[in-house]
Amino acid sequence: MNMRVNWVALKTLYVKECARYLRIWVQTLVPPVITMSLYFVIFGNLIGSRVGEMGGFSYMEFIVPGLIMMAVITNSYANVASSFYSTKFQRNVEELLVAPVPNYIIVLGYMGGGVSRGVMVGIMVTIISMFFVDIQIHNIAVIISMVLLTSMLFSLGGLINAIFANSFDDISIIPTFVLTPLTYLGGVFYSMSLLPEFWQNVSKINPIIYMVNAFRYGFLGVSDISLFNAFGIVSLFVVILFSIALTLINKGVGLRS
Amino acid sequence: MKALEITGLKKVYKGGVEAVKGLDLSVEEGDFFALLGPNGAGKSTTIGVISSLVNKTQGKVEVFGYDIDTQLELAKSQLGLVPQEFNFNQFESVIQIVINQAGYYGIERNLAKERAEKYLRQLDLWDKRNEKSRHLSGGMKRRLMIARALVHHPKILILDEPTAGVDIELRRSMWTFLQDLNKEGVTIILTTHYLEEAEMLCRNIAIIDKGIIVENTSMKQLLKKIEKETFVLDLPANSEVSGLNGFEYRMIDDHTIEVDVAKKQSINSIFAQLSEQGIDVLSMRNKSNRLEELFVGLVNQNQQKPGAIS
Ligand SMILES: Nc1ncnc2c1ncn2[C@@H]1O[C@H](COP(=O)(O)OP(=O)(O)OP(=O)(O)O)[C@@H](O)[C@H]1O
Ligand SMILES: [Mg+2]
Repeated sequence: MNMRVNWVALKTLYVKECARYLRIWVQTLVPPVITMSLYFVIFGNLIGSRVGEMGGFSYMEFIVPGLIMMAVITNSYANVASSFYSTKFQRNVEELLVAPVPNYIIVLGYMGGGVSRGVMVGIMVTIISMFFVDIQIHNIAVIISMVLLTSMLFSLGGLINAIFANSFDDISIIPTFVLTPLTYLGGVFYSMSLLPEFWQNVSKINPIIYMVNAFRYGFLGVSDISLFNAFGIVSLFVVILFSIALTLINKGVGLRS
Repeated sequence: MKALEITGLKKVYKGGVEAVKGLDLSVEEGDFFALLGPNGAGKSTTIGVISSLVNKTQGKVEVFGYDIDTQLELAKSQLGLVPQEFNFNQFESVIQIVINQAGYYGIERNLAKERAEKYLRQLDLWDKRNEKSRHLSGGMKRRLMIARALVHHPKILILDEPTAGVDIELRRSMWTFLQDLNKEGVTIILTTHYLEEAEMLCRNIAIIDKGIIVENTSMKQLLKKIEKETFVLDLPANSEVSGLNGFEYRMIDDHTIEVDVAKKQSINSIFAQLSEQGIDVLSMRNKSNRLEELFVGLVNQNQQKPGAIS
């Protein structure tokens, strides 16, 4: 009985979240497609041809998985951060708070919305990349599971950001000062083997390295990092961020005075 | 069965505002209950705690016997809330808002649609169902909040100033709607600044001021407490009243007189005495709502209590 009630609540929240980003597709789906097409043209085609090989593949082949991942990361994050913040800002989060919805359902519902947008953008960017390069698939299970874990992780990150945010500016601070640098230094554009050993080790504290490399492995079959470590670390982060988000909502941080 | 039982409720907001200072309140199932009080008295805070939008500092709240500390989800299912401030998603349509709210209560989509239609029709919003919520008028938004609060068939409905900014005609139709709902067995608690509204609708009443209950009784008992009433009588121009035995009175101008009438006095005697003096009474009215005077009296008493001002 209770499971059914929770299931309906989760479905409602998830569908609402998906309807939101689809309704405003010009803001949510078009920009990543344009940005990533530019990346493909400039880095892949124009500059890439001069870079030559990277990790044994043409530069274009090498960066495509990383760029897809980058789009997944930013879109999952942005979706939940802006959706949850505006729900809080307009106070319609109260609709959820007065209802008998367990807080873990709230976290799952928003995470689901973020994953859905992340995956959708990921698929669109993948399709576009096919105009530039012959995509090969080494291991589809790795690709799918890594994309899901990554978008879960960043959806949760976006949720936590929105919980703490007190203004619309606050939801762009983390993406600008944390997410963007980590992504650019996360092995999207270069193989870690190009770095001096010291910087290789420093890079290993950047979780995005693990996602990008595992994801690239799914396509190309090469990775700078062991897959086992990658999945372990990303899953661990998902569990940690989920618990943090749940604890914050349980306490009512930013939601209940 | 008690629909609502609050004991020793305290709420101190961050920053130190003590909005509720040890409040006890109990509402019977099936009651139509008014929570009255001046601005800032702590009404919305109390309602916020009941509906778990505000964390309480201390005390116990039970909704139909379910403690909000230990059986929160059951307590929430009993309750429908119409908040004081509009809190819609601006970009969602009327029907979507109601259907989604039903979904959060675990109501399957088909049933949710049926109920949304039922309540939107009853509240005269069906024609607006596809309108975005931000395009509704103030009165329509109030009604939408009522529809949204009822979609899961709550046993107790709490309305925080439901008729604020609502025109007289609409207010009356809302009253009828709420009275019908109450007849069907829904316990209703409402806050209002219109005492006439409370007098008209509610059987029991609590007056809250500065975070404490200063009066909690039936509407009948409360009205009995009113010691005297002041009537305003319109007389012909240049009337000279040469005395009214047994009544205190004041001439306001040469054709208006105010007379205080004590509880057991008959007003016939005023007319008799005036007509003896050859003065016709053209019209008569209450100086102000009797309840209003009582209310002001109670709140004033509370303010004079030591320690009440903080
Ligand atoms: N979120 C908040 N943070 C801090 N103080 C608050 C908050 N909400 C209300 N207060 C304070 O608590 C007190 C009680 O406010 P409350 O909203 O409960 O009054 P009310 O009886 O509903 O008044 P009104 O009739 O004006 O709606 C006020 O002094 C108010 O300033
Ligand atoms: Mg209020």
